[in-house]
Amino acid sequence: MGRYHRPLALADALATLAGGPATVVAGGTDVFPARLGRPFAEDVLDITGITALKGIGLDGGWLRIGALATWSELAQAPLPPWLDGIRRAAREVGGVQIQNAGTVVGNLCNASPAADGVPSLLALDAEVELASSAGLRRIPVAEFVLGNRRTARRPEELATALLIPEPGPGARSSFEKLGARRYLVISIAMAAAVLEPAADGTVGRIRVAVGACGPVARRLPALEAALRGLPLGPDLAGTVTPAHLDGLSPIDDVRGTAEYRREAALVLVRRAIRTLTEQA
Amino acid sequence: MTGTIDRVGAAAAETSFLLNGRPVTIRVPPIRRLSEALREDLGLTGTKVGCNAGDCGACTVRIDGRQVCACLTPVGQVAGRHVQTVEGLAVEGPAIGGRGGHEARLTRLQASFHRHGAAQCGVCTPGMLMAATDLLERNPAPTRGEVEDALGGVLCRCTGYRKIVDAVMGAAEDGIAFLVPQAGAAVGARVAKTDGIAKLTGEERYGADAMPADALWLRAVRSPHARARFRLGDLAALRRAWPGLAAVLTAADVPVNRYGIYPTGKDQPALADGEVRYRGEAVLALVGDADTIESLTDADIPIEWEPLAPVTFEAARAGGAPVLHADLPDNVLVRGRVVKGAVDDTFAAAAAASVVEVETAFVEHAYIEPEAGWARRVGDRIEIVACTQTPYMDRDEIAHVMGLSREQVRIVPTAVGGGFGGKLDLSVQPLLAVAAWRLGRPVRWTYSRPESMAASTKRHPARIMARACAGSDGRLLGYDFAGDFNTGAYASWGPTVANRVPVHATGPYHVPHVRALTRALHTNDPPAGAFRGFGVPQAAIAHEALMDDLAAKLGMDPLEFRHLNALRAGEPTATGQVLEASCGLAACIAALREPWRAARAAAEAANRAGGAVRRGVGIGCMWYGIGNTSLSNPSSMRVGLRPDGRIVLYNGAVDIGQGSNTIMVQICADALGLPMDAFDLVTGDTDLTEDAGKTSASRQTFVSGNAAERAGRGLRAELLRRLNVGEDAALRLEAGCVHARDAGGERTLRLADLEPDARGDVLSAVGTFDPPTTALDEDGQGVPYATYGFAAQMAEIAVDLELGTVKVTRIVAAHDVGRAVNPIQVEGQIQGGIAQGLGLALMEEYVPGRTENLHDYLIPTFGDVPEIECILVEDREPLGPFGAKGIGEPALVPTAPAILNALHHATGVRITRAPATPDRVLAALRAAGVGVTP
Ligand SMILES: Cc1cc2nc3c(=O)[nH]c(=O)nc-3n(C[C@H](O)[C@H](O)[C@H](O)COP(=O)(O)OP(=O)(O)OC[C@H]3O[C@@H](n4cnc5c(N)ncnc54)[C@H](O)[C@@H]3O)c2cc1C
Ligand code: FES
Ligand code: FES
Repeated sequence: MGRYHRPLALADALATLAGGPATVVAGGTDVFPARLGRPFAEDVLDITGITALKGIGLDGGWLRIGALATWSELAQAPLPPWLDGIRRAAREVGGVQIQNAGTVVGNLCNASPAADGVPSLLALDAEVELASSAGLRRIPVAEFVLGNRRTARRPEELATALLIPEPGPGARSSFEKLGARRYLVISIAMAAAVLEPAADGTVGRIRVAVGACGPVARRLPALEAALRGLPLGPDLAGTVTPAHLDGLSPIDDVRGTAEYRREAALVLVRRAIRTLTEQA
Repeated sequence: MTGTIDRVGAAAAETSFLLNGRPVTIRVPPIRRLSEALREDLGLTGTKVGCNAGDCGACTVRIDGRQVCACLTPVGQVAGRHVQTVEGLAVEGPAIGGRGGHEARLTRLQASFHRHGAAQCGVCTPGMLMAATDLLERNPAPTRGEVEDALGGVLCRCTGYRKIVDAVMGAAEDGIAFLVPQAGAAVGARVAKTDGIAKLTGEERYGADAMPADALWLRAVRSPHARARFRLGDLAALRRAWPGLAAVLTAADVPVNRYGIYPTGKDQPALADGEVRYRGEAVLALVGDADTIESLTDADIPIEWEPLAPVTFEAARAGGAPVLHADLPDNVLVRGRVVKGAVDDTFAAAAAASVVEVETAFVEHAYIEPEAGWARRVGDRIEIVACTQTPYMDRDEIAHVMGLSREQVRIVPTAVGGGFGGKLDLSVQPLLAVAAWRLGRPVRWTYSRPESMAASTKRHPARIMARACAGSDGRLLGYDFAGDFNTGAYASWGPTVANRVPVHATGPYHVPHVRALTRALHTNDPPAGAFRGFGVPQAAIAHEALMDDLAAKLGMDPLEFRHLNALRAGEPTATGQVLEASCGLAACIAALREPWRAARAAAEAANRAGGAVRRGVGIGCMWYGIGNTSLSNPSSMRVGLRPDGRIVLYNGAVDIGQGSNTIMVQICADALGLPMDAFDLVTGDTDLTEDAGKTSASRQTFVSGNAAERAGRGLRAELLRRLNVGEDAALRLEAGCVHARDAGGERTLRLADLEPDARGDVLSAVGTFDPPTTALDEDGQGVPYATYGFAAQMAEIAVDLELGTVKVTRIVAAHDVGRAVNPIQVEGQIQGGIAQGLGLALMEEYVPGRTENLHDYLIPTFGDVPEIECILVEDREPLGPFGAKGIGEPALVPTAPAILNALHHATGVRITRAPATPDRVLAALRAAGVGVTP
């Protein structure tokens, strides 16, 4: 009871997990606040010593975000414009202290409905790489997050990276966060959009996701289908209707009412799309 | 990893790292928070803990140069890395005088903080400095926006952030030289804080920073229910199961288990006795070793709860609700009343009348320093070292609870990491006293953030119905006000609110006919107590909405309407008091006239272009009586002269960041005619200082400042007498001698020749001041305060019509402070007050059980507080020290009204329910058909 492991090799980490349950700690920015007044009595696996989990880079048509890549690293790395949206999210997570420690993968694994990274990851068609001593598997983010604080990760697995497929030429992305103050704020709602323009100046593929409007962030497939083929111009955002957001299931809480969230989500989606059409 | 089992069942192991440039190795469980290891295991208490959840940034340190929260970093993660704390900032460079005369070093950044007054209480300062150091190393010439982005993860509740940005921007400026005013030139000078250096180096000791190593720990078990009966189970079995428990205290262990601010309001138990009246009320105290206290969870405690339906504010207002306190069958704690003239007749005859309903929420003080302290028994005396705003009341109250004489109680206040009224009530003190007395060992206690929020007092939620009327000449005729205030489970400062509000209900205007009635009602909510403004900010939302509305009905400009009606010297207030001087509201309003016209025109022009964002400009005015309402509130100050020529100010006025440690020296120095840098301070120890009352009601500058002035003049008179020189002689201190020069030449007094008293002073003087007031009659007529502060503020905002979000873009604040004894500090109070007013208007709402942390309870951050221009109007108060009045509370009062009025200007929609959160604003816009519907 109460052992602290901080291995330097991935294999050792996986062996630890194979040996029994342990709380995984990366940046600790979700783990520690949740433990206020409730000390650690269980085993802890701190993965921050594992060099193999670091780094962000493009490799063979995929962007790999290692499990230890922090929000600050994502914001500062030299990356193509189709990652602007998630990089904007990176600069809006908490304050700089949180961005310096918190990881993108930790944000996903924590599976908070208000996790700022998840809508962008959904819109980017990202996949999670999960490792255990039995081997590797990859599953789409959409299948990984099952509910409020529930994921498809098995106790013996470690999320080792996020993998994002490189989109078509000219792709771009956007992100809109709504909070009740400027910094250090949990989102009331947020929206992310990724656009792959068609050669004729219309929408080729567009992927839009909304967060904090239900137990898990969701893509808006009806909207995506409706936008395909429409001209990329100032009127595009106006074609979004409330019905396109029917799949959302927002709740009332201290940050806002369900009704407000629904309205705000619509505005955020429109703005996210407007940003895409305004980008060159 | 191997190791011994240490605290809370986690295995200890060695971790080695560089700490402020030096290698260290500690043996603790590697999962321990770095903040805890620094403070408890390494003795570096400069790193502060405000929340243990990443929300406040007070614990910010640098790891390998990058700012991170030490409270979210396990010790194991820093192995082999470099940790820098505030103590490691200034390792080289010239030394200057630090605490207690010993030397301190400052970096340019720290020096800039000192010069700019960027630290008030200072508890956020270490975190600010670490974040800023990270920024400046990467970007030596940042823009204001870059400073805000980089420091945005650190909260400050005192300063309103503007001076912190100024300080970071100014860090490149040269030097660590600070203004040292000449003798006689201290009042009015922009001098840095006398106690400022220690707040920049991490040396300052707050409530949680000076715990004795051998102290036992205490933790309270608190009620999860708003109203319940409870039965304690087998506590003996609990003790047996947890041998580390030294005591489990219950209500039966508290000698006199009822305390309260007012002699008639001793209704609050230190530990509940069979029944709890609010969520967060303490029912048991666990005392033992640290491991045991940290490991025990509420689930281990045998308590059987029988929850009851709580009395809500609505139920209490309606009447007939269950009774909270047997002696108050209608749950009405107190009624307030001010009546003058014939209100109802006036309304019948008026040219224009308006009505408004206002609803406000619980507001949490959210000082960054949670309540903390320790106590020990010394023979037949009890000593309590804790953060407090009111050491003398604490002393008397602890004597009462413990059944001791007041001479048996010593209160030693630590530095206070923010108070705002919340540290006027007892917190840790009674249970620490009971435990230390019984066990004969020192006992320590630091509230967790959720505990601080659940247990402490709040601003009173208000339900106000008010109407006002004016004649066709634009002059106010009548004001009719009825306000209910939710005072929660216990009396606390509820009577103060109920009595202060009716006096101020009309706002700072001349109104011939007035009826203002208030009730403070008990509910099963947290006790509402003192919070910057004592109910006046809530009432101001009503009067300022009415002023705007009446102006509109009469076709007048809102600013000009207020200027016309501003209370002027010679006019009676609602209580019939005629202010003879220092009534500077009209001057404050006039000072806003030009910016107001320009901003209104610019906003209206911008709005003609349409779009989702609308701009608005609003104004709010206020007045505030300085000191207690019609109650004696004297202060005394002692000043002594040492044989070596140092001057000691024995200052019982607790500095909670607002700066009284500096103001008192400025005033006393000029009264005495000697320079500030000859002074040393002995602060607020009830054994060493005179009673300077409490730090509340904006009274310290006016009341204690007068005492300091009188003490200074007394000592000067004694010196002049001994030196046999005239009134206007110039004094000079040199080498243990006082030299005096007047027309008759130069004379010298060798201090070492005089006999020192028990304190070690060769000469001393005491000054006392109690503001002249009278009792109010049954219609509330009389002189409740000796003087009033006045202000007018103007807010510019941008409203997003699609999202309901409001961004305040600029505030211009004109304040009549009588005399700005220290303009830096006055500006700091104004900016900090405005930040709190902005929070009240837009985001702050405490909901028991739901917002007991600093991420669900939102206070303004760097990016929320706009540019603030301060205009200081100095309409001298003849009774004030060098003409000064107070500023602490006035700063907050007009801000929320100005913002809400700006919202009306921008959208045409009047919102009088605070906070105006985005969902409420959007709902109101929709209801009024403003903006675009999807
Ligand atoms: C003050 C503050 C402000 C914040 N603001 C925001 C915000 O604005 N937006 C937002 O989205 N979030 C915010 N957060 C939450 C948090 O910072 C982010 O979710 C962050 O990205 C979490 O990353 P981490 O590395 O710190 O995760 P950790 O706390 O280390 O872990 C989070 C969870 O994921 C698990 N985990 C982590 N890594 C792995 C892995 N590789 N494999 C398997 N499981 C893993 C952990 O066991 C834990 O359950 C805030 C937190 C704080 C304290
Ligand atoms: S104590 Fe670490 S952020 Fe508040
Ligand atoms: S000075 Fe920042 S919290 Fe007090």
